[in-house]
Amino acid sequence: MFRYILQRLFYMLITLFIIATVTFFMMKMLPGSPLSAEDKLSEEQKAIVLEKYGLNDPVPVQYLRYMGGLVKGDLGVSFAFDNTPVTKILMDRMGPSLQLGFQSLLIGSFIGIILGLIAAVFRNGAIDYTSTIIAVLGSSIPNFVFAGILQYVFAVRLEWFPVALWGGFEYSILPTIALMIFPMATAARFIRTEMVDVLNSNFILTARAKGISEVGVVFKHGLRNGLIPLITVIGPMAVSMMTGSMVIEQIFAIPGIGEQFVTSVTLNDYPTIMGTTLLFAFLFVVIILIIDLLYGLIDPRIRVSGGNS
Amino acid sequence: MSKLLEVKDLKVSFNTYNGEVQAVRGVNFDLNKGETLAIVGESGSGKSVTSTTLMGLLPKPQGIIKSGQILFEGEDLVKKSVKEMQKIRGNDIAMVFQDPMSSLNPTMKVGNQIMEGLIKHQNMNRADAKKKATELLELVGIPQPDVRMNQYPHQFSGGMRQRVVIAIALACNPKLLIADEPTTALDVTIQAQILELMKKIQKETNSALIFITHDLGVVANVADRVAVMYAGKVVEVGTVDDIFYNPKHPYTWGLLGSMPTLDSAEEELYAIPGSPPDMLNPPKGDAFAPRNKFALEIDTVMEPPMFKVSDTHYAATWLLHEDAPKIEPPESVKRRMQGFSKMEGEQ
Ligand SMILES: Nc1ncnc2c1ncn2[C@@H]1O[C@H](COP(=O)(O)OP(=O)(O)OP(=O)(O)O)[C@@H](O)[C@H]1O
Ligand SMILES: [Mg+2]
Repeated sequence: MFRYILQRLFYMLITLFIIATVTFFMMKMLPGSPLSAEDKLSEEQKAIVLEKYGLNDPVPVQYLRYMGGLVKGDLGVSFAFDNTPVTKILMDRMGPSLQLGFQSLLIGSFIGIILGLIAAVFRNGAIDYTSTIIAVLGSSIPNFVFAGILQYVFAVRLEWFPVALWGGFEYSILPTIALMIFPMATAARFIRTEMVDVLNSNFILTARAKGISEVGVVFKHGLRNGLIPLITVIGPMAVSMMTGSMVIEQIFAIPGIGEQFVTSVTLNDYPTIMGTTLLFAFLFVVIILIIDLLYGLIDPRIRVSGGNS
Repeated sequence: MSKLLEVKDLKVSFNTYNGEVQAVRGVNFDLNKGETLAIVGESGSGKSVTSTTLMGLLPKPQGIIKSGQILFEGEDLVKKSVKEMQKIRGNDIAMVFQDPMSSLNPTMKVGNQIMEGLIKHQNMNRADAKKKATELLELVGIPQPDVRMNQYPHQFSGGMRQRVVIAIALACNPKLLIADEPTTALDVTIQAQILELMKKIQKETNSALIFITHDLGVVANVADRVAVMYAGKVVEVGTVDDIFYNPKHPYTWGLLGSMPTLDSAEEELYAIPGSPPDMLNPPKGDAFAPRNKFALEIDTVMEPPMFKVSDTHYAATWLLHEDAPKIEPPESVKRRMQGFSKMEGEQ
């Protein structure tokens, strides 16, 4: 098991290295420069700034310099945000984004699982159809639409929650709801399909033949087997939460990573864009690793083969 | 001997998009304490539907009991509530299913799956249930039961899994065990072992057994009596001797004739022509008539009642009517019947 994790960590590093390289060169191909928006600077002033940040060096040199810093955990300094180190910007901005992502993923998938479960148990009934409609709407309407509606109804009109910005917990409620619709809908659809299958399987019949109550059959025997495949979709979902949160953070003016990423892109702030991309990539591979380990924890069939490899 | 189970005129249908599938159309049989009844018949004849109905496990809402009684120790199971049936299932009546590969929960330890019933029905605490479950694994012939208790189904072979399923069924000493083709999914040598095991256990626990199969070969080995099912009805019932040496129903002849025996290699098998009727629209008269070369005119008009052959032996065919022409089983089937008695004599 320990060897397996080490091996996975090694692959993670390689993945991150490739992502860093690809992003670096792709960014260099982008039109414009960090200074293209700064009309007030004269040509000489621009040249001085470019020189100062090493942007006049050949691209391979810049690349080696960047990767050298990366190994030491140095992501460079931002061009835009007062020369702040990128690591510091990311640190400051990560809190709200992580909180939002976490809250919405957790609550969303929890409600989704319950919806899907009820739909599967009472399939083809009114509850099933209602939950299917919720699920389809939730996964097809983009979350910024919900965000706009929520903001207008509950913040602007009813004034129950703050309209925007980031203060205490109450500031996180509307964006969390907007963000959680997607994982909720996905989980509900997924669990419904899965549980209908599971509840029709032979081992459920065996459980019923033992005289176990229907509640016991669904929760003790059904749910765990129905949950296993959900774990595979939760990973990509978690990532889409991070990227999806960019728009939501903009709408609610939350000083999170997503909001800052969008700003950096419009400013051609290369080091910050790089840093953010790498952070997303890092979170992504970590989540995938966690999910693989979790998979083994829930599904004994995988635990064994994982332990052997 | 006292009656443990009496099934009277049981009719079960399924509501499907295409209409009502009449899977079981008036089944009658009974079972004494400690006795083994084999139910045989082609695929689709309603064997599994009958047994799931006995267990109260018909798929809802499409499966419905149209009429009939299932008297278990004198009480009608058809009238029992969901809660009452939960108390009976796994405790008084237990079931072994056909496919051991999918009959066990893949994410639950085998030990826990056996203990569940014990904890539910016998009010055992976990420690006692664990001890008993380990004993059960030993009883069904699983080596190292202590270790096996903590393993998951995927760590067991097919035959071993079926032993576990049997252990689960036996956990609470059921008065009636229903085995629905328990060996069909297993390879031949394992089949024999599982049959041996079921026979041994049945002798030890003295529970009654309903053994469902479409393989007449195993019937003679296991059963005291045989019920032959066709198109949702029992068409012939009798002791093993009645059915093997003195079969009366042409369908039973067909089953016997199509059964390979040791010296049947050179002679052609007597195959039943055609296929079973569509249970959406069961035919008028005798359902077997279209496939029966001995069919009489009356077969297409009226269903035959159960004619009594002897105290133990009944068959539903107009051939037994006093006015019917005397028809002998086909030669190949007769030879087969003599073959059985020869085999019996050699044992
Ligand atoms: N859930 C269901 N919905 C509709 N029809 C069903 C259902 N279950 C069984 N049937 C029908 O009931 C009839 C009897 O099926 P059953 O499973 O009892 O046959 P069987 O004798 O057990 O056959 P086999 O030897 O293949 O197991 C078949 O025509 C089948 O199509
Ligand atoms: Mg069957």
